[in-house]
Amino acid sequence: MTIGIFSYLVFFLCIVLVLGLITLGLNLQWGFTGLFNAGIAGFYAIGAYTHAILTAAPNPLYLGNLGLPWIVGVLAAMAATALAAWLIGLVTIRLRGDYLAIASFGIAVSIQLVTLNWEALTGGSQGLTRIPKPLSSVFDTPLAYNLWYLALMVTVVALAYFALERILRSPWGRVLRAIREDEQAAVALGKSALRFRLEAFVLGAMLMGLAGALYVSFIGFVSPFDFLPILTFQVWAMLIVGGSGNNRGALLGALVVWSIWAASGALVSKLVPPSHAAQGAAIQVILIGLVLVLMLLLRPRGLIGERAVVSRHAGD
Amino acid sequence: MIAQALFDGILTGAIIALGAIGVSFTLQIMRFANFAHSELLTWGAYLALVFVAFAGPGTPTGPLSFGWQLVAAAGFAAVLTGLLAWAVDAVVFRRLRKGGAHPLTMVFAAFGAALVLRHVVVLIWGHESRYYTRELQMAYEIVPGVRVLPDQIFILALAVLVVIALHLFLTYSRTGMAMRAMAESPPLAQICGIEVDAVIRTTWILGGALAALAGVFTGLTPQLHPEIGFNLLLALFAAAILGGTGSLPGAVVGGLLVGIAENVSLLWISPGYKQAMPFLLLLAVLLVRPQGIFAEKK
Repeated sequence: MTIGIFSYLVFFLCIVLVLGLITLGLNLQWGFTGLFNAGIAGFYAIGAYTHAILTAAPNPLYLGNLGLPWIVGVLAAMAATALAAWLIGLVTIRLRGDYLAIASFGIAVSIQLVTLNWEALTGGSQGLTRIPKPLSSVFDTPLAYNLWYLALMVTVVALAYFALERILRSPWGRVLRAIREDEQAAVALGKSALRFRLEAFVLGAMLMGLAGALYVSFIGFVSPFDFLPILTFQVWAMLIVGGSGNNRGALLGALVVWSIWAASGALVSKLVPPSHAAQGAAIQVILIGLVLVLMLLLRPRGLIGERAVVSRHAGD
Repeated sequence: MIAQALFDGILTGAIIALGAIGVSFTLQIMRFANFAHSELLTWGAYLALVFVAFAGPGTPTGPLSFGWQLVAAAGFAAVLTGLLAWAVDAVVFRRLRKGGAHPLTMVFAAFGAALVLRHVVVLIWGHESRYYTRELQMAYEIVPGVRVLPDQIFILALAVLVVIALHLFLTYSRTGMAMRAMAESPPLAQICGIEVDAVIRTTWILGGALAALAGVFTGLTPQLHPEIGFNLLLALFAAAILGGTGSLPGAVVGGLLVGIAENVSLLWISPGYKQAMPFLLLLAVLLVRPQGIFAEKK
């Protein structure tokens, strides 16, 4: 029993860290740069499917399934997501903010259609299976494997966290915040708002793609139903709850919101009879929507919001 | 083949246009993309279903599959959905607006509201498809190669009437003029003494009522399910932006273009990708003419 709880906890934390990585990416885009990404599920799916198509064990039924090494899949996933974000950014970043929201939402819908319909590449609604799990021959029990993967995820998320903290303190990061606060002033100082926005958007999307690759190589298969639009809203709720503009808030939000989601799911499946499963699932989603709206209305800073930074030269 | 696709496109286009009018005016007057608007279509469709459940769809009138009751149901749904839109504004958007929230915070809230609205529909009515009426209809071949259901002609005619009425309202009534002034320039309209809150209220009620009609029409051809609005979301935005936001003719032409593009493209691409068509159209317009087809370049 305790072993059961312990191994569930390890699995749960792995998923939280995957989601935390996505939330860190969104925080770079929204929290620090003010870019509205409504296509998180799409970028995550691009990363996941790129990895799956490149690394899955060869199968004559499919175009992909190239059986390439794990690390190639991970790097290619990041590159593919970056390319998609760059293309969509080129078209929309110069326009008003909510057009980026509409266009990125469109990307997510289109990617979902491709994953469902282009069966030769993506396996359609069946998805792709037999995606190699890294070092699964060394860690051959499920618990040992999950523990090793948890260590891997902690390392990756820690690296991403410190790298983000570092670059956000750098001149590049300061320009991002300057643009977010007052674009005209930043432009007057000779900074290209477009270029910095595009860079932040692409970098954030790369983290989402990385998360996608790490998710499929943890689970070992990929299907379109892991990338439904609800994922986008969950990640937003994570960032808004945790506190946008604060990377620790992003990670905390991922933990809190995913706990709410998992707990409400468990509760619903206990209390709601299987004949009303659709209604039970609806309650879970309504909860996420309420969390999002109530947080915006009552505590827009989030649990731990952005720290006010005052220049040490102020008052000189 | 192409003639049939054109007719089908005009029909879906008319429905999309009714939904897009509200999106377009919200984008222009309140300056935010209301992603919850598609859920007003769904709510309108289901509220009409409630009316039909009590009154029945009526005995088929002439070649139509329904009687006057369904028309009354559409009116009932339009009024209630208009009020629902206004209520959502009062509970969520007005508070954020008064608190000086960033327009993109409003978009976040809109997504949150959309999630709640859509899933309350699932909670009440479940996931199954539903029908207003089970009557079968004969399709008429009006032009060689174009088959049309009488219901579809009815929808098209009613949509045209509604748009004409709305055009007259916007052109000649004081409230209509105030709406257009707000759409042109909110600060300038405010200086001229236009009551901003009243205009915003009218915008919600009108947008909601039109969305309800679009929802009922979608449900009539041929079925309702909780995602009928959500599936049209991209089409609504594409139509609103294509024609240029804040303009009635813009939303109508945008709707027709999106509807026709969707249906004509089916001659070449698999129906699985149909939903991506409005998005591609939208990307093309944003790339070439982001202010929309009709708007003056600012």
